[in-house]
Amino acid sequence: MKYRSVFDIIGPIMIGPSSSHTAGAVRIGKVARNLFGRKPTWADIFFYGSFAQTYKGHGTDVAIVGGLLNFDTFDERMKTSLQIAKQEGIRITFHEEEAIPPHPNTAKIRLGDEQGELELVGISIGGGKIEIIELNGFELKLSGHHPALLIMHNDRYGAIAGVANVLAKYAINIGHMEVSRKEKGKQALMTIEVDQNIDDAIVEQLKALPHIIDVTKIVE
Amino acid sequence: MFRNVAELVERAEREQMKIAEVMIRQEMEVTERSREDIIAQMEKNLQVMEQAVIRGLAGVRSHSGLTGGDATRLQQYIARGQFLSGETILDAVSKAMATNEVNAAMGMICATPTAGSAGVVPGTLFAVKEKLQPTREQMVEFLFTAGAFGFVVANNASISGAAGGCQAEVGSAAGMAAAALVEMAGGTPRQAAEAMAIALKNMLGLVCDPVAGLVEVPCVKRNAIGAANAMIAADMALAGIQSRIPCDEVIEAMFRIGQTMPVALKETAQGGLAATPTARKFEADIFGKPNNERE
Repeated sequence: MKYRSVFDIIGPIMIGPSSSHTAGAVRIGKVARNLFGRKPTWADIFFYGSFAQTYKGHGTDVAIVGGLLNFDTFDERMKTSLQIAKQEGIRITFHEEEAIPPHPNTAKIRLGDEQGELELVGISIGGGKIEIIELNGFELKLSGHHPALLIMHNDRYGAIAGVANVLAKYAINIGHMEVSRKEKGKQALMTIEVDQNIDDAIVEQLKALPHIIDVTKIVE
Repeated sequence: MFRNVAELVERAEREQMKIAEVMIRQEMEVTERSREDIIAQMEKNLQVMEQAVIRGLAGVRSHSGLTGGDATRLQQYIARGQFLSGETILDAVSKAMATNEVNAAMGMICATPTAGSAGVVPGTLFAVKEKLQPTREQMVEFLFTAGAFGFVVANNASISGAAGGCQAEVGSAAGMAAAALVEMAGGTPRQAAEAMAIALKNMLGLVCDPVAGLVEVPCVKRNAIGAANAMIAADMALAGIQSRIPCDEVIEAMFRIGQTMPVALKETAQGGLAATPTARKFEADIFGKPNNERE
């Protein structure tokens, strides 16, 4: 079941005109911002499928940038997000892609600053609901609707068990979990959706575990 | 969790409760939130819908200038008293357009189930409000009933124009509204499902062909007729008329039609009304050159 809540159907409260092309785009942008953890200085935004064909008419461009600025779907500043981004010194470039995407409403965001970069691919599946399907080249499935932990780690035995032990110690229930790797023995990504928000202290403990490279949390 | 309309109706009948109550209880179970919390969130959605209707009836205009003002125009026409159909149905049509005109103007709305189809459910709700005089609580229940049917469609077919065409958006909205209207008017859960089936059947095959890629033409008027369709389907079901094809099979048919629909007719602004000479002219006026020929 893709949709679990009645508020996926009646809702979200949002600035028009399209739940998939506007509200969904805000949410994809917002997940990118949250994962990056700070304001980027530049962002390349790639639109595919219906997004590429109709993004100007649907306000997908202002919406995804609104998300990068950490706006909610109902933020009245949405219309002027491109100007706001400019004022804040974020360089935005849009690209219309011809490639046939896995889903008709697909966007790829590559963003960064002098300290680092991040790339993610999101799809907008209807009614404002989204899924993140790729992060830094790793395949994953993240709704962005639950608190989650993204753990970059070395592809070694014991890495997953170590993380699971810490979560168990603090009685944190895992709702959904998957592991993705690009190449055997190299880096891998754990995606863990949990039921409640996680304290920073726990994130620090996870970071200190062997084989763990980085831990990012997404708050609901 | 109910997976289809048959299970939803069966549960409502077995436990002798409204569809709205089945939805509220499921939401409590799935999200582990309190009833008060869930009701309060829906009440907030209702407020946003009400504000959008008020704003739209007062008159708005979209940035492109393609839409706006028709909700007001229709209200003035109703006031003159010379209409052909009926007051409640025209009121629903006007309030559905009001919502979508606000949406097109990048105003605040509540997606039901999507933004492009956000007018149908509130349009019908605020029109029958005048006739049935529901309590605020019953109006919130209306949204849970609509949500329950939309939930089934979203999980078994689609509510995205890019995935399933306009039948998945305004079609789903019309079915959701028809079912909720029946329940508010005192019909049974089974009659609500019949209304949903009747309304959705008459939207099957509807393509998504937005002029210039904007959620304006034909979206605003499709919401208008979606609301009228919902009202008539609700009356038919309340009269005891049944759909020969069960609701779940209609939803399944909608899904299959969406899958076989050409991409040009699924929110890409490449076919249908979007490809007419007049639409191309609007597009050139608004964006400089056609949407799919930009660099």
